[in-house]
Amino acid sequence: MNPVAREFKANARRLTADLRHRDLIQTALGKYEAVRDKTKAAFQDWQAARQAAAEIKWEAVNHLDRYLDEFVRNLEARGTKVHWASTGRQAREIILGIIREKKARSIIKSKAMTSEEIHLNEALEEAGFEVVESDLGEFIVQLRKEAPYHIVFPAMHLSRGDINELFTRELGSAPTQNPEDLTMIARGVLRQKYLAADIGFTGANFAVAETGMISITENEGNARLTAALPKVMVTLLGIEKILPRLEDLALFLPMLATIGTGQALTCYNSLYGGPRQPGEPDGPEEYHVVLLDNRRTELLADAEQRDALHCIRCGGCLNVCPIFRNVGGHTYGTTYSGPIGSVITPHLRGLQEWKHLSYASSLCGACTEVCPVKINLHHHLLHNRRNASRQKPSLAEKLTFKSFAFIVNRPGVYRVVKRAGRLLQKLHPLVKGTRLDPAYSWTRTRELPPIARQTFKEYWRNRR
Amino acid sequence: MKSEHSAPIILPQCVLCNRMKVTLFIPCFVDLMYPQVGISMVKILERLGHKVECPEEIACCGQPAYNSGYWDEAREVAVKVLERLKEAEVVVIASGSCGAMLRVFYPELFAGTVHAGTAKTLAGKSYEFSDFLVSKLAVTDLGARFPAKVTFHDGCHGLRELGNYEQPRRLLAHVRELELVEMKEKVCCGFGGTFAAKFPMISTAMGEVRCAQAHDTGAEYIVSNDSSCLMHIQGLLDRQGSRVKTIHLAEVLAQS
Repeated sequence: MNPVAREFKANARRLTADLRHRDLIQTALGKYEAVRDKTKAAFQDWQAARQAAAEIKWEAVNHLDRYLDEFVRNLEARGTKVHWASTGRQAREIILGIIREKKARSIIKSKAMTSEEIHLNEALEEAGFEVVESDLGEFIVQLRKEAPYHIVFPAMHLSRGDINELFTRELGSAPTQNPEDLTMIARGVLRQKYLAADIGFTGANFAVAETGMISITENEGNARLTAALPKVMVTLLGIEKILPRLEDLALFLPMLATIGTGQALTCYNSLYGGPRQPGEPDGPEEYHVVLLDNRRTELLADAEQRDALHCIRCGGCLNVCPIFRNVGGHTYGTTYSGPIGSVITPHLRGLQEWKHLSYASSLCGACTEVCPVKINLHHHLLHNRRNASRQKPSLAEKLTFKSFAFIVNRPGVYRVVKRAGRLLQKLHPLVKGTRLDPAYSWTRTRELPPIARQTFKEYWRNRR
Repeated sequence: MKSEHSAPIILPQCVLCNRMKVTLFIPCFVDLMYPQVGISMVKILERLGHKVECPEEIACCGQPAYNSGYWDEAREVAVKVLERLKEAEVVVIASGSCGAMLRVFYPELFAGTVHAGTAKTLAGKSYEFSDFLVSKLAVTDLGARFPAKVTFHDGCHGLRELGNYEQPRRLLAHVRELELVEMKEKVCCGFGGTFAAKFPMISTAMGEVRCAQAHDTGAEYIVSNDSSCLMHIQGLLDRQGSRVKTIHLAEVLAQS
């Protein structure tokens, strides 16, 4: 087993046994589900909305070349500088280049999973710049020197008490358990950072090709301040964020809010179309958009799994995933966790190293059922498994399934194996639940039913 | 040269008396560990006047290999199933999971091969047991009596691949003296086939969550239309020393 998979298993073992964690996540997501379903019910026809959204994303993704071109032309027409980055490294260099050129010292950031993907904060800090996350959840995990736990709720694994402890320790604030007070503490720190920042950095929820605009959806107003106060604004986004038309937002904004947080619409929805235009009272003097590939085009080339690029990062599949709920977000060791992360990470970071995530699923399909853009998530986990074993079969497994096929295809052999199993199970109590038990992975925590004295097939034979 | 008139007149039985020849697909785990589930199905189908047959040569649908990514080996098994069920009028499968394999995954497994057509035909005539009763036979009341408070666990494959949600509930609604209490959500029990052995800690945690939800209903029995889920749930309940029992839907429906 590779070290990444070993670490996943070790962390999964720890977290699944952590009953406090289990309770915290089950409770939080239980509440979320109730609100989400109520909001969903306000749609006239949720299934039709999903179908429409999937078709729009299909159109965008399958004509990405055309729509990206349109998007960029429209952006550039209003004076935005557009950069193309094939890799994470290129994206970091482009962003560092902008910062150096502007002789900037500090950067204020609003939430951007793509920046997590390219490890931007580490790169900026290493280069000697100050980076501050302005989304409350991101601010909290940054203080804890942690990655976001969840793509929408970065600090959902923490209780009020945990946050109070963190703030008193890191910010020297007065102890409080009141959520409003805790928010005001963060706000006090952040307001100063906005004013001092030379560069405002954002991600994007959607990129509208028709108008050349970036759509950002949020609840705290932090992205608006990040975009409005500093002189230079930089947006990093994956190339799959494209929507063809402005009117598509009428569907996607409520959909994202509904599945993301259970809101009908998030508190703030902004569109950014470029730097401050002549006669405009506010906005950045300079605007840079960095378009990131980072192996998305490889996913694009895979016709079977191309729909994974439909993803709008709503987090819906994480929320319903019983695996995610039990192992938690950090266990995945990836930027994108949960079902979508298990599907795309092998494409973005290497199949053999990340295939274990595709096996760590009961294939229950709750993810596919909830996905607002109809990504065939759990079937793609099966496709990843097939691709992994085709590319590099495990000798032991190959042998197991060859023997399996040999046995079940031959009724005579199957009968003999059945009888042998019935005899051997008499010895099972001697080793049951110990390391010598061939069924140890099952019997450590569960009882195993015995092979019946008369199997169904034996009953059927006798009857005839 | 044969004359037209010498050809024997064959009248399909079903036209005469609605009697069907049902081929029962008994998956390996039902055969080995839950024979009473298969026996209950035979009883019910025969009581409804259908002729049941159960081909000895079919032991497994090949799902373990398929789910593990070994599609060539899965095809080796599946192709035999296709062959052996070719003549079947209608196939009833004693598990939602194996039902999903025949109905949903075989067509994918054989897409672009010479067997694609056969796989599609088989998919079209295969039914999970509760779906067969309700959707195909339009039977919902089997005259059963089961005096207990029960909750129902949906096997994920039956629920989401096959869309069987109403069918088992409509059957349970007609069981005398049975009280059905739903759990607070539809969530996986954590079995997932080889997943349970590959990631036992995750599988167990999922099962514990599910068992707790079942306990919360106050039910004496957890009923399901999939024995594989019940094997997992019962395995955990036994270890916990719980008094809640699991039972397959077919066994409930066969009680009188």
